[in-house]
Amino acid sequence: MTDTDERTSEIQEVERIIVRFAGDSGDGMQLAGDRFTAASAMFGNDLATLPEYPAEIRAPAGTLAGVSAFQVHIADHDISTPGDSPSVLVAMNPAALMGELPKLEEHGTIIINTDAFDERNLQKAGYESNPLEDDSLAGYSVISAAMTDMTKEACKELGVKPRDAERSKNFFALGMVSWLYSRPTDPTVDWIQSKFKGKDLVIAANEAAFRAGNVFAENADLWASRRIVRPAVLPAGTYTNINGNTALSWGLLAASKQAGLPLFLGSYPITPASDILHELAKHRNFGVRTFQAEDEIAAVGAALGASYGGHIGLTTTSGPGLALKSETIGLAVSLEIPLVIVDVQRGGPSTGLPTKTEASDLLMAFYGRHGEAPLPVVCANTPADCFFAAIEATRIAVEYRTPVILLSDGYLGNGTEPWKLPNVDDLPEIHVEFLEGPNHVNEDGEEEFLPYLRDDTLSRPWILPGTTGLAHRVGGIEKDITGNISYDPANHEYMVRTRAAHIAKIADSIPEIEPKGDADGDIVVVGWGSTYGPITAAVGRMRRKGAKVAHIHLRHLNPFPPNLGELLKSFDQVIVPEMNLGQLARLIRADFLVDAKSISKITGQPFTPAELVERIEEAVND
Amino acid sequence: MTDVELTTKKDWVSDQEVRWCPGCGDYGILTAIQMLLPEFGNRREDTVFISGIGCAARFPYYMNTYGIHSIHGRSPAIASGLALARRDLDVWVVGGDGDMLSIGGNHLIHALRRNINLTILLFNNRIYGLTKGQYSPTSEEGKVTKSSPMGSIDHPFNPISLALGAEASFVARTHDLDRKHMMEMMRKAHEHKGSGLVEIYQNCNVFNNGAYNEITKRDARAEMIIELRHGEPVRFGAEGEHGVVIDRGVASIVEVADVGLDALVVHNESEPDPSVAFALSRLALDMSSPTPMGVFREVERPEYGHELDGQVARARAEKGEGDLESVLRSQHTWQVD
Ligand code: SF4
Repeated sequence: MTDTDERTSEIQEVERIIVRFAGDSGDGMQLAGDRFTAASAMFGNDLATLPEYPAEIRAPAGTLAGVSAFQVHIADHDISTPGDSPSVLVAMNPAALMGELPKLEEHGTIIINTDAFDERNLQKAGYESNPLEDDSLAGYSVISAAMTDMTKEACKELGVKPRDAERSKNFFALGMVSWLYSRPTDPTVDWIQSKFKGKDLVIAANEAAFRAGNVFAENADLWASRRIVRPAVLPAGTYTNINGNTALSWGLLAASKQAGLPLFLGSYPITPASDILHELAKHRNFGVRTFQAEDEIAAVGAALGASYGGHIGLTTTSGPGLALKSETIGLAVSLEIPLVIVDVQRGGPSTGLPTKTEASDLLMAFYGRHGEAPLPVVCANTPADCFFAAIEATRIAVEYRTPVILLSDGYLGNGTEPWKLPNVDDLPEIHVEFLEGPNHVNEDGEEEFLPYLRDDTLSRPWILPGTTGLAHRVGGIEKDITGNISYDPANHEYMVRTRAAHIAKIADSIPEIEPKGDADGDIVVVGWGSTYGPITAAVGRMRRKGAKVAHIHLRHLNPFPPNLGELLKSFDQVIVPEMNLGQLARLIRADFLVDAKSISKITGQPFTPAELVERIEEAVND
Repeated sequence: MTDVELTTKKDWVSDQEVRWCPGCGDYGILTAIQMLLPEFGNRREDTVFISGIGCAARFPYYMNTYGIHSIHGRSPAIASGLALARRDLDVWVVGGDGDMLSIGGNHLIHALRRNINLTILLFNNRIYGLTKGQYSPTSEEGKVTKSSPMGSIDHPFNPISLALGAEASFVARTHDLDRKHMMEMMRKAHEHKGSGLVEIYQNCNVFNNGAYNEITKRDARAEMIIELRHGEPVRFGAEGEHGVVIDRGVASIVEVADVGLDALVVHNESEPDPSVAFALSRLALDMSSPTPMGVFREVERPEYGHELDGQVARARAEKGEGDLESVLRSQHTWQVD
């Protein structure tokens, strides 16, 4: 059962494989996928994952609606997406086979738990005849295993009840897949032992199932199917496999450190953002105060109150929550104090597709408030990049005293990638300044304090309650430089224009953006957010085929990088793939009068590189 | 907060012109607070007033302290964040019945149940003033207003009952015509650790003039105000001739001569169970029935901010000050050479 088996030489080496684990929600496929990923990470592969689970906590067992899947792409080279079509499908029941088979590549491998293919399950999945018995799977290489029975058998001697034993069948499947793809077994066994510490029967059952699956694969004469993906050559360093929500949470901890200010998170549970609340709640020793509010509005309200008091006020949510927060964000625009708003986007409108990804809140982030209420918008581009995006959002909020919206999405939040840990001493700095005394001298030479007197960046001072001599009132009604109410028409126009200029001026602190690929080519593909992986892969493939293509991927959406307009105008073709109906394309057209062509996908799933290549080529030739 | 200079009322008055309608009950409340605050010996700068929207919500502009005039209904939420982030501050929330019971009702009850250190002043005039006269969540059924020409068919909230239902740890009622009583209620609410809610019957002389005349006018008070005094039998009337008994959870008004003094309920504001206080709150049936005023309930409960800071301190004691490097390495890591 080790990689040094004398027959190792027979194992066919491949550059990559894409495995999709699929089964009923209760079958433990997320766990199996996650463990396969972890073992592969330790083995040194580059990887990307895509968990997909139903919106219902307990969808009816055995149905298509209840299928939970986890796709992992492992490679011996740098990759950026969970891949195109899976090369291997693990189908734990008929519904998983029915639902997921269309995604499998031609002549792909299917690993099937035959025990689940009884009449009832076949019927629930909508099969008229048993695909194991008709020849509907003829084009594939099918590996059948009575996983449930064999798991029970393996656990028989352990004193585990058969019903409990059955639950370990995901480890049997994992054992098989681990052998087939030459994964080391130790990491999984170690993990089982530490994860279920104190539950000896569970450890025994899972371990027995895992080993039984491994041995079964070895003995079932599956040598011809065995593959190995060699470790990727990655830059030296310490790595961890990170998902976007965790990276984002850690980025906020880092930002709090860099700014020297405590973090206050007001949040209301919402998929797929709740994990940020869970993660930050663990870190009270950083001075983090997490506050689970009564609703989305209270969550952002409390964050704003904390910001007013000198904490980094933060709220995390998804689209429906952002909609609810918009009035309070408008108040933050008017008060001009820091506030970080994280939107982990999901399919909308309304409840939409809560567990599926989409990037359709861009225009809401830009414009989703009443009145002229501009604010900076930044986005994260890969799971690990969420860390740096969080620091940048906080930097802008604190240094410019403004609410900032940080856009992530469900795919980034739940997807993972190996991340070379940054050196904490090299993280960007965040400068904080509180006003401590009068900030102006009037015509009579007297010192005075003007709450809305702006500095060179057009930002007003951050003034902590408690500061001697600076007691003042602020509010949502239009005010003048003193903070007091002003209904003067000219003052209102001045304030509206100044608030807009203030946000525009943030561009001074944004580096010029440099295209990747062929900067001198005719075609540029422009993206933002989680399309980074698919666009990188697609542009790479096109260039290998000889096309001259550049790739611009934005972190800063409002304001845009200062050179973006000029840069886009230097290309003949500007193609904008997005997981919405063309929101960035619209902004680019409006801002720069560039004929940007939109490529849209709104299926709740990320682009695959292959479809993107096809769609980009179509758009170019259009 | 050492070396605090003694202040007087005028130190707490801002330079902004007060813009309520002449004769509005809000003036009396403003004066009461400005007279009360010097008593506490706090610095103006350590005091923050947070309001939502409405006539009452203009309050912060008139106080020479820190303050936020925020958005409709949200002041308890915003104030919660500030009070949790800055436990050194003295945070007050001011708003009307529309602000805090209608659009912001949710935030109010949750602030109360959490017991965050806030002193909350609810100006109840039973009408929307700033939007010029629509019925509010405390308007009586049948009230004819611009938005209810045939009479309101909304059943009103009793704010005290609502607060007690949310298990608020401090609940009191007062009215705008009795400055001394207002100051006493606010003082007690302020001394209280946790959320202190004071409902203030406030006259809106433009849109709901005289709403409380039958209760709060000087010559009506003896017969109509049931003064709640901790440890004393609940009785009222010029000679104390009326009293309150509670039978199977229901409070009713009796003549002391009929039932005897011993039959009356003895007010215990620190009773942990809110049921008796709730029964008393039901006596304020309408604006022409005898109405209890005073502290309905004052109990000790853990204050949210104290608990939250306690968790921060405990986490630091157990795990040490947060270290980013070790968080980054807290999952499985591997080395690439
Ligand atoms: S409308 Fe009523 S509550 Fe508002 S200021 Fe005028 S009198 Fe006072």
